[in-house]
Amino acid sequence: MARVIVNVALKPEILDPQGRAVQGALGRLGLTGVSDVRQGKQFIIDLDGELEGDRAELMGKLAGELLSNPVIEDFTLTVEN
Amino acid sequence: MTARIGVVTFPGSLDDADAVRAIRIVGATPVALWHGDADLHDVDAVVLPGGFSYGDYLRCGAIAKFAPVMSLIIEKAQFGLPVLGICNGFQILCESHLLPGALTRNDHQHFICRDQKLRIESTETVWTSDFTSGQEIVIPLKNGEGGYVASEALLDQLFAENRVVATYLDGNPNGSYRDIAGISNKAGNVVGLMPHPEHAVEALTGPTTDGIPFFTSVLKSLVGAS
Repeated sequence: MARVIVNVALKPEILDPQGRAVQGALGRLGLTGVSDVRQGKQFIIDLDGELEGDRAELMGKLAGELLSNPVIEDFTLTVEN
Repeated sequence: MTARIGVVTFPGSLDDADAVRAIRIVGATPVALWHGDADLHDVDAVVLPGGFSYGDYLRCGAIAKFAPVMSLIIEKAQFGLPVLGICNGFQILCESHLLPGALTRNDHQHFICRDQKLRIESTETVWTSDFTSGQEIVIPLKNGEGGYVASEALLDQLFAENRVVATYLDGNPNGSYRDIAGISNKAGNVVGLMPHPEHAVEALTGPTTDGIPFFTSVLKSLVGAS
């Protein structure tokens, strides 16, 4: 089987209010020197068989069309076959 | 025959009933559309209502854009079908790339619900032609992810092309860039609006009846076209 890991995060220029709230909480809890926090999402997708060919192509396409919104987000995709 | 205006109900839509009522109040025929429909039932225009389609899972509007009824709407909108997306409907239109930019979590992190003053910036859309340019209105606003974001170049372009439909007055409620409350596509048949005109169509239940011209505008464009 294959495991696909897709990490999605807001583009650097898009304001991340959740990340900012976490940054504030980390500071309040005593962690010093937090210059920035960005929050993202991780999708862990388990597939039967190897990921290759058309299925690999479709996986990449859906990472950009469903799992992330290219207008505001970037994604990375890694496959563990 | 009166114009037929469809209202799509997705699992999790909230404001479809109010949209239907607004359409009835202005004298058009509301037509219920289901997210799984593979047929638009001869509607002349479509409203995508507010709510939390598919639970707003993943991103607001992200899953709704793949609904069978949306593939028909996306196709027809490119050929002039009037489409108004309100709140979650606006998010769906952005996710579908019928409108540029995106809607993100309110900058202050809180859900906001209040009567909101707006200025109508463009009357050159099929949904706003019954307003006068610069007209100030008050309609309800309620959202958690209503901050409109786009690149500086796109924002400049939207203003230059008169595609900013409405802006927030007396305080920006959600961090929208340049106080944008609604935009249109280039042709002016597709409009997305974060506040809710369908909740302001009757004195008994709304703060005003300022929402009515959105619906009379499209009705006039349809009558004029037929």
